[in-house]
Amino acid sequence: MDVMDRATAAGMAPKLRIRDLNFYYGGYQALKNVTMDVPQGKVTAIIGPSGCGKSTLLRTMNRMYSLYPEQRATGEILLGEENLLTTRQDVSLIRARIGMVFQKPTPFPMSIYDNIAFGVRLFERLRPREMDERVAWALVRAALWDEVRGKLGQSGQSLSGGQQQRLCIARCIAIRPEVLLLDEPCSALDPISTAKVEELIHELTADYTVVIVTHNMQQAARVSDFTAYMYLGELIEFGDTDKLFIKPRKAQTEDYITGRFG
Amino acid sequence: MAATEHISKQFEADLGTTRSRMLQMGGLVESQVLSAIQAFATGDAALIEQVIENDKRVNGYEVAIDGACNHIVVKRQPAASDLRLIMAISKIVTDLERIGDEAEKIARMARHIHEQGSQHPHRFPAVGHAAQIAVKMLRQALDGFARLDAASAAEVLKEDSAIDDEFRSVLRQLITFMMEDPRTISPSLDTLWVAKAIERIGDHAKNIAEQVIYIVKGTDVRHTSFSDIERELSKD
Repeated sequence: MDVMDRATAAGMAPKLRIRDLNFYYGGYQALKNVTMDVPQGKVTAIIGPSGCGKSTLLRTMNRMYSLYPEQRATGEILLGEENLLTTRQDVSLIRARIGMVFQKPTPFPMSIYDNIAFGVRLFERLRPREMDERVAWALVRAALWDEVRGKLGQSGQSLSGGQQQRLCIARCIAIRPEVLLLDEPCSALDPISTAKVEELIHELTADYTVVIVTHNMQQAARVSDFTAYMYLGELIEFGDTDKLFIKPRKAQTEDYITGRFG
Repeated sequence: MAATEHISKQFEADLGTTRSRMLQMGGLVESQVLSAIQAFATGDAALIEQVIENDKRVNGYEVAIDGACNHIVVKRQPAASDLRLIMAISKIVTDLERIGDEAEKIARMARHIHEQGSQHPHRFPAVGHAAQIAVKMLRQALDGFARLDAASAAEVLKEDSAIDDEFRSVLRQLITFMMEDPRTISPSLDTLWVAKAIERIGDHAKNIAEQVIYIVKGTDVRHTSFSDIERELSKD
């Protein structure tokens, strides 16, 4: 296990085990033999320059690529004993277990309430009162409840950018996934909204395993327990965030996080 | 340490400037210590005043360099070796400023001793010997910083016990003087303060050397036994 120091590897329980993962956009190989464990109940950040494969890696974790016939992956992503890449399970069930929030907030053109209830209705039959409770629970968990409790009937698109992004996180956690994938969730947000989302990410680790892709290294340093540095489709270094940002083991990582990357 | 340059030329320049100003401060502090020791031995009044006056420059360096470190942290959010360098510089300037204070203290003691007309310290070479070790430690710690040489910095840590031994030896001799001739009590006590200041300079030089090891190796070796430090340094 070259990319990860042994002490760190020994101390964690993996939620997802990624083994020899290769990914291809048609003829272009975007991920090369990526092997890493995503620790349970922790925040794992993936950093690296544009085009290094970090978003691709995130998108393979819930089979987002299945939408495109020319994209394919080889290797294993194990959730428990099940290989997500080859399982016969319906992909929408995988995505219910492994939820994703995107770079730009994507509220549905419906009320705040329905934005959250919509996904829940796909998987569960709840009585109206139970649904009310579930919607409130998700909004509380996403730190949005106090701001929207009096206007659940209003359109989700009437909220500010930061609120919309927290609504998307609420929508995602309403169906109680095991893993949350966040693809640059704060890149379109102002600093206050960013701080609220970061605070939320920290709180979510009580119940979820979180994987976040970010261009912002300070954000990775702030919110994550573990950090993976990727370059040209390869996982260069993966380890404890504090160690990686103070004393990285690889010169390539050092060059990137100190801004010497040319 | 990373060999390549930062993408931001301004960041590169800011780091370089802060680093060289710290070395300039180190040079000034070293000459302050040498002058103070010489003034203690000779009673040169002009030199004594010069050391006391120059301490203001030392203080000015501390404030300016600390400010520059704060600016770099705010503007650049340094990471890895850059972070270690900035954090270490910020700590090293505190040690350098305290060494400056000790030099000033020695100068003031020298003035006091010589104003009273005592001939006692002239004939007391053990203090001079301790001072030589302290200055050597300081110089070696600063050289280690300039060259990012952890092995050289580790040598400084080893020297610290030598200076402690010298201090104890000075103390024993002063006690003997004082017991033999009570008239030497007052100048002996002044000399004891000088020896204590020199011993403190050695401690600060040791702190600087520990920071150099932190910059180069990323390991905090404060309050660590020398054998553990050597083991750490032997790792790549």
